Amino acid sequence: MGKVYLEFGNHACAKAAIRAGCRFYAGYPITPSSEIAEKMAELLPKVGGKFIQMEDEIGSMAAAIGASLAGLKSMTATSGPGFSLKQENLGYAYMTETPVVVVNVQRQGPSTGLPTQPAQGDVMQSRWGTHGDYQAIVFSPSSVQEVYEETIRAFNWAERLRQPVILLIDETIGHMRERLAEPENVEIWNRKKPSLPPEKHLAYKPEEDDVPAIPNFGEGYRFHVTGLHHGYDGFPTTDPKLVQEFMERIQRKVLRHKDELLKYEEYMLDDADILIVAYGSVARSAKYAIKEARKKGIKVGLFRPITLWPSPEEKIYELAKNMKCVLVPEMNMGQYVLEVERAVKGASEVHRINKACGELIYPDEILRFLDKFSPLTV
Amino acid sequence: MANMNIYELKEKKPYLDYLRLDKLPHIWCPGCGHGIVMKALIEAFYNLKLDKNKLSVVSGIGCSSRLPGYIDANTLHTTHGRALAFATGVKLANPELTVVTVTGDGDCAAIGGNHWIHAARRNIDITVILMNNNIYGMTGGQASPTTPEGAIATTAPYGSIEPNFDTCELAKAAGASFVARTTVYHYKQLIDLIEKGIKHKGLSFIEVISPCPIHYGRKNKLGLKGLYDYLKTNFIPIKAWDKLPEEKKAGKFPIGLLYHDDSREEYCEKYEKLIEKLSQN
Repeated sequence: MGKVYLEFGNHACAKAAIRAGCRFYAGYPITPSSEIAEKMAELLPKVGGKFIQMEDEIGSMAAAIGASLAGLKSMTATSGPGFSLKQENLGYAYMTETPVVVVNVQRQGPSTGLPTQPAQGDVMQSRWGTHGDYQAIVFSPSSVQEVYEETIRAFNWAERLRQPVILLIDETIGHMRERLAEPENVEIWNRKKPSLPPEKHLAYKPEEDDVPAIPNFGEGYRFHVTGLHHGYDGFPTTDPKLVQEFMERIQRKVLRHKDELLKYEEYMLDDADILIVAYGSVARSAKYAIKEARKKGIKVGLFRPITLWPSPEEKIYELAKNMKCVLVPEMNMGQYVLEVERAVKGASEVHRINKACGELIYPDEILRFLDKFSPLTV
Repeated sequence: MANMNIYELKEKKPYLDYLRLDKLPHIWCPGCGHGIVMKALIEAFYNLKLDKNKLSVVSGIGCSSRLPGYIDANTLHTTHGRALAFATGVKLANPELTVVTVTGDGDCAAIGGNHWIHAARRNIDITVILMNNNIYGMTGGQASPTTPEGAIATTAPYGSIEPNFDTCELAKAAGASFVARTTVYHYKQLIDLIEKGIKHKGLSFIEVISPCPIHYGRKNKLGLKGLYDYLKTNFIPIKAWDKLPEEKKAGKFPIGLLYHDDSREEYCEKYEKLIEKLSQN
């Protein structure tokens, strides 16, 4: 095991980014994510990387994409309002297949909302925020340790599939100090290189894995990048066949790795007849509530998706179909519950606890719901 | 020569090597100045013997922003107004690259205004070529921040009531260390200024007046000749401009290198120095 110490969530994110090979950060100050930018400003020049505080959120997203095209692993971090501002250029990264990691340390919205109290209100925005169709990859850590691990995983998948990966952190986790054990060895993936010489290479021609080997600027492959629909050569096209093929491919390149992308925790599910689906900081309250409920004889367990998107819908269905009911507590007015309902397909009742007032969901609130199912009351 | 195809022409006009000839013809309308800017740009690239592999041309959205698609380099056609923010990422990530952004009056001075003034403030080594046609061409002739007060646009059907920007004054005030203006009528000067701008270490801003006969010209009943005559008579070389009595300056603009300051340090070089300093500790 590597170094073990007390670490702050947002700093763990910055350190893990450097460890993953991130060498470019562009950002704009916004609470509760600013500590990521501050840490990157300190660390990046020490490892020969570049940090820039841009003039706005839109520019930060743009600069991170530009730097990635020039060959550096790139990142930006923000929070609610900033995440909204980044959406257009986030779509540009999906369209141009540019690897980039976007961290959103969520706060209570809509709009300026409650700066800066916790919320999980950006779950659907992280999936559908920019216009058009794409497959979002979104990870939601629920501890400082997991922030570290998921940041590295985010970079790996961004580079491998050449698209944005979003790290959706709750304010609670970003601003928490907790034990961090830096792993001794981490697996690092890098974007693939073209195998053909420049005169034969087509920048946007997909390879066997549905991912094109897009070169970096300055490496001798002169090519064109555009947010317009484009053919294999990267130049604009309106050919319906090529456009449809592209649209199908950018979904497929993610979904074909779904099993590998999905990461989750199952907690006390073996004999459970009540299923809680919770993620991020709420999963911590859920675990506490489960321990208490079990003392009363309530057979309840937790399914905690770490990969929110693509969603573990098959897994949720398999678990839910044998349950008396499913409970989805969330710090929003009901977002991931919609996905859970879709996954469950009516095989079980789905209940929700929604709190969107800047307060955490406390274990007691989950317990009160579970008490209704206690052997003493049923 | 009339029957010569463009590939044969390349032998006589070696600067055509900087074009992706297979992507021509371009999309610009008859009479538009943008093709002239593109030719001046490739002539400047050729004169400077720029390595195409180390050249990046970045644009946003609009008529001007289709230009990079025709240039044989590392080309990036981004989102509306954001060319300079993308270009900042490209340049800072790989300072070896020569980075040129081509933009329009709407793209640069309206939606991209913030990125423009901040790139100027940082003095990052990017050459910004603003192809000013006083109108939103691609969307059909709406008023832009450089549409003269009183001129007709589809969104100013009774004449624009907004004052227009002097983009050179704005770039200078924001901190650009090289500021120039010319027009597509002053072709030799255009090539010369682009060359000087690229050679200049720091942010170079070059405004090129490039007429739009289809939207601006037609709406304002100027005619193609009228548009180009206006460039000839109303844009005065800076030396003559300085001698011009104030009362004769109304409605006219100076052209040439209007301002430059070689003493300011360039942004990427400053950052490299920081890295160097930290590596010694």
